[in-house]
Amino acid sequence: MLNNNTLIEATDLSRHYEVSNGLFGGKSTVKALSSASFHLQAGSTLAVVGESGCGKSTLARVVTMIEPPTAGQLILDGHRISGDISLTDEQRAELRASVQIVFQDPFGSLNPRQSIGRILEEPVLINRPSVSPTQREQQAREMLAMVGLRPEHYDRYPHMFSGGQRQRIAVARALMLEPRILVLDEPVSALDLSIQSQILNLLVELQERLNLAYLFISHDLSVVRHMADEVMVMYLGRVVESGSAAAVFDSPKHPYTQALLSATPVADPTREQTRIRLQGELPSPLNPPAGCAFNPRCWRAQDRCRVTAPELSDEGTHIVACYFPLHD
Amino acid sequence: MASTDATTDSSLPEGSKRDSMLPDRLRPSPFKEFWGYFCENRGAIVGLFVFVAFILIALFADVLAPHSATEQYRDALLQPPAWQDGGSTRFLLGTDAVGRDMLSRLIYGARYSFFIGVIVVVISAGTGVLIGLLAGFARGWVDTLIMRLMDVLLAFPSLLLALVMVAILGPSLINAMIAIGIVLQPHYVRLTRAAVMQELPKDYVTSARVVGASRLRLMFVTVLPNCLAPIIVQAALSFSTAILDAAALGFLGLGAQPPTPEWGTMLADAREFVLRAWWVVTFPGLAILINVLAINLMGDGLRDALDPKLKRS
Repeated sequence: MLNNNTLIEATDLSRHYEVSNGLFGGKSTVKALSSASFHLQAGSTLAVVGESGCGKSTLARVVTMIEPPTAGQLILDGHRISGDISLTDEQRAELRASVQIVFQDPFGSLNPRQSIGRILEEPVLINRPSVSPTQREQQAREMLAMVGLRPEHYDRYPHMFSGGQRQRIAVARALMLEPRILVLDEPVSALDLSIQSQILNLLVELQERLNLAYLFISHDLSVVRHMADEVMVMYLGRVVESGSAAAVFDSPKHPYTQALLSATPVADPTREQTRIRLQGELPSPLNPPAGCAFNPRCWRAQDRCRVTAPELSDEGTHIVACYFPLHD
Repeated sequence: MASTDATTDSSLPEGSKRDSMLPDRLRPSPFKEFWGYFCENRGAIVGLFVFVAFILIALFADVLAPHSATEQYRDALLQPPAWQDGGSTRFLLGTDAVGRDMLSRLIYGARYSFFIGVIVVVISAGTGVLIGLLAGFARGWVDTLIMRLMDVLLAFPSLLLALVMVAILGPSLINAMIAIGIVLQPHYVRLTRAAVMQELPKDYVTSARVVGASRLRLMFVTVLPNCLAPIIVQAALSFSTAILDAAALGFLGLGAQPPTPEWGTMLADAREFVLRAWWVVTFPGLAILINVLAINLMGDGLRDALDPKLKRS
């Protein structure tokens, strides 16, 4: 199953944070991400979905090496990363060139004091000092064209651009080092609906042209349906369901996935809406419920769910972490 | 899917229609925008003009001053200004107790004030911004140590602290400037640290980290330019504070020493003639007042123009 095209291979990837509870409270641990395992091939898209606070962005930060994993192992483009081995500067530089990130908010992700040209050239300037300034400029201008911006935008500043254009610039910057993996952390959720589709089309086009692997993080299931090859559903730092997009969308097994899917509007007035309304709030990650993390909100929960957490198991089409998976 | 869509779409990026409706001249450059906001504040414009005039006077003092600043005309002690009885056009603003021309001394005094302002701002802003950047980036115990030290410095009345330092270093203009610089520096540290902490969690800093920018590059290339607005305003305002404090130290005999034509020192020399010869005290006082007022007005305008919260967009 794993071949040379596998760019990310994560095994039991975890990231915990120590949180201090004031002067006398001692410390407690937030398990923002616990034992996530997945792999990602060149040219394909893995979508990570879930509501806010489920660990999606933590996953993005671990994969882009902004933060080291607490436990587990991550193999990025052939390089092994884990919490206990610290990388040398050279390895870091190599890895940086293979995984880059596009952030959610296009208004915060571009330095307001740098021109577009400088923003695009900075990654090359830092990582490949041997490239001459003229060559650098040429690369930046080519990249501008590739993301659908005009050459005269080179000298402008971020405040002169609309949200969609800024997101194009952010994509261009991420691609300047010719990475093979692109982490897209909710790349379109801050944009207008009409502009969302343009950015998504651009991403699809770039993926086809450059054979990129996308780790696509989103809470918008209609966007995910459009983009994803594989889907991973997360709840409170854990993967609850994972499989091919078709399998997950057509026959969701986990109650949480089904609730999520039922909340996405469908443009078909004749279709009967069976909206599953979840009771209660997302529990505090500081104090997760015993057993399956979803049990306080689950309508199928039984005693067993409140005692031990289910492991991911193969349910035919894909894998799911539930004792009482749904069958249709 | 939709790759044909994507190509047509990328040849015509969104907003390109808006581009054609909004030509470049309607999207002002940052400087033009700044200037527009600055010009809205009348006081700031007046302040700027007075400040520029003051700089020109300081630069061309040799040409402008009718007499030397230190030459004593023994035949004209305490002569009143030209428009009063007993005054003459030879000494437009009169002379002081040892017969030196007031106008020339005031003109040369501008040089000292400007010099004091520049040096103090360079000392305090330079060290303050560096320490503030360090505190903002390092966090943890380094941050705590620096900030508590700055709190201690801020807890003293500034002039008192400057006095103590001058007393230790010995009275001279240079020592007074160093003392004032140290007294003003905690403001820069606090301001820079606050601005850095506000900028650090933003995504553009994270993305600079992801592409591998070094610590120093993050500090000076990525973050510092975005923290400059409040620092510039503070620099303008502390320019006037420096002049005022230096004058106060001069008045107390701990700053510039006679016969230097520094305005505060001139005031101190003229103390005993307050009732007999009003012009010896009034003119240096007025010079300080106008100067400080102009710089403060200009600083206010700068703040209005640079603070994004005060902008209407």
